[in-house]
Amino acid sequence: MNLVIREALLAFRRAPLLSALSVTTIAFSLFVVGLFGLVAVNLQQALRDVAERVEIVAYLLPGAPIETITLAQKDIEAFPEVQAASYVSEDQALQRARTELVEFRDVLQELERNPLPASIEVKLKPRFRDVDHVNDVAERLRGFGFVDDVRFGRDWVEKLDRLRQIAAAVGLVVGAAFAAVAIIIIGTTIRMAVLQRSREIAIMRLVGATDGFVRRPFLLQGALKGMLGGLAAVALSYGAYALINRWLIHAAFFSRDQAVAIVGFGMLIGFFGSAASVGRHLRKV
Amino acid sequence: MIKFTNVFKAFPKGGLALKDVSFHIAKGEFVFLTGHSGAGKSTVLKLIYAEEPATSGEVRVSGFNLAEARRKDIPRLRRRLGIVFQDFRLLEDRTAEENVAFALEVTGARRASIPARVMRVLTQVGLAAKAQAYPRELSGGEQQRVAIARALVNEPTVLLADEPTGNLDERATRGVFQLLRDINASGTAVVMATHDLDLVRQAPYRVIELQEGALMYDSAVDEPRDEAASP
Ligand SMILES: Nc1ncnc2c1ncn2[C@@H]1O[C@H](COP(=O)(O)OP(=O)(O)OP(=O)(O)O)[C@@H](O)[C@H]1O
Ligand SMILES: [Mg+2]
Repeated sequence: MNLVIREALLAFRRAPLLSALSVTTIAFSLFVVGLFGLVAVNLQQALRDVAERVEIVAYLLPGAPIETITLAQKDIEAFPEVQAASYVSEDQALQRARTELVEFRDVLQELERNPLPASIEVKLKPRFRDVDHVNDVAERLRGFGFVDDVRFGRDWVEKLDRLRQIAAAVGLVVGAAFAAVAIIIIGTTIRMAVLQRSREIAIMRLVGATDGFVRRPFLLQGALKGMLGGLAAVALSYGAYALINRWLIHAAFFSRDQAVAIVGFGMLIGFFGSAASVGRHLRKV
Repeated sequence: MIKFTNVFKAFPKGGLALKDVSFHIAKGEFVFLTGHSGAGKSTVLKLIYAEEPATSGEVRVSGFNLAEARRKDIPRLRRRLGIVFQDFRLLEDRTAEENVAFALEVTGARRASIPARVMRVLTQVGLAAKAQAYPRELSGGEQQRVAIARALVNEPTVLLADEPTGNLDERATRGVFQLLRDINASGTAVVMATHDLDLVRQAPYRVIELQEGALMYDSAVDEPRDEAASP
């Protein structure tokens, strides 16, 4: 077995309690980050669901030839921002009104002439559902000769934009704060592991070990502890998620990439925390 | 091979630990470093194995000029030295054998060659039978033998010993001292700091005596002294 791996594993066996303590500390620090992540993920999901309803409707002038409209519809679907554009004829509009506006069924039933215009309903791709892009597309729709008027819920889209900005800012600040706390706590834990072995480090150096030789098992060990802590944190987060899902609200869990990112974050903190601790220790001796 | 030229050492907190010390130790010599507590014996050894830098003056060890040596050169220097302390400094959670092997692994020695080399030095110090014992299962004298084996396994040109018998009873002291003499007889230079004047008188070796950081007496340079004058 490789010497570095052996030394790193030996440290677990020699100080099982301290090792378990570091892994637990890392796990709970990352669990807090994970809980915050869950909130963020679900908030984002909720915002996405709301944004589903962003839609631009272009009302058409009566009597526009259907061939022209079909061609235009193809053009609109080819806009980079557009996910789908569907044509709603006057008759379809009326039918829809009848089923949706139950209170006015009688009125609508008695009409002699259909007052509703045909329209093209445009749905944007998820990442373009903000004020700027919606405005932009609406403007382009107005450019078609047979388009009478273009509508979208401007106020509503603006509020949604604002909400997204707030969520992103809060997420960034709170997330960074939690991550910083996790880094500090994990760094302290790792520092303890280094101090506990300072006698051993001194002896290693005395018999001619290079700094690299002293450092490497710590780095591996730190990354390993970070990984174990990260896995435990994901497991704890899943437990919390399962509870919330069962008793409170239907929530979303991390995607696989996000879960991997948490474990990776743990590994990185473990690795660089060890590098910093050992480095600082070696500089002093 | 070890050459001090007008060496001064001042510690940040504390006065001058060494004042204008000069001496030269040749290959294969056995040298006692004596002097009262606080005279600077350990400091001389620390300068030799580059644990501390000299404040001024020149320290040369085995071809290294320590004033110019960089941090990354120190491991190479230490692999040419064997170092032994009063408190043994063994790793408690490794067996005798593993403690000795460790000094080889650290240097990146070929894995296959390690067990044989370890057994050879453990046999040399008379501890082959206790290779599997942990330090806590060994007497002080035996632990010091393990430490000496560890110091020898890299085939150093010099063995530095800082009061190696300081924690041992008389019998163990004699045993360890004899071991150091044998090691010296096979060509390794030995620099031994000690309080034990009986040992010093027993053997016809060179004596360097320090007093409050200054070199008081060097039997290789000065007139031999009569018993009454020595401390
Ligand atoms: N790290 C240090 N910082 C400050 N002063 C120190 C340090 N190490 C040693 N000294 C001082 O240097 C002087 C010499 O110390 P040294 O350890 O070399 O003595 P010694 O001859 O080995 O004594 P002993 O026989 O008690 O081991 C002492 O006055 C001591 O207080
Ligand atoms: Mg001393």
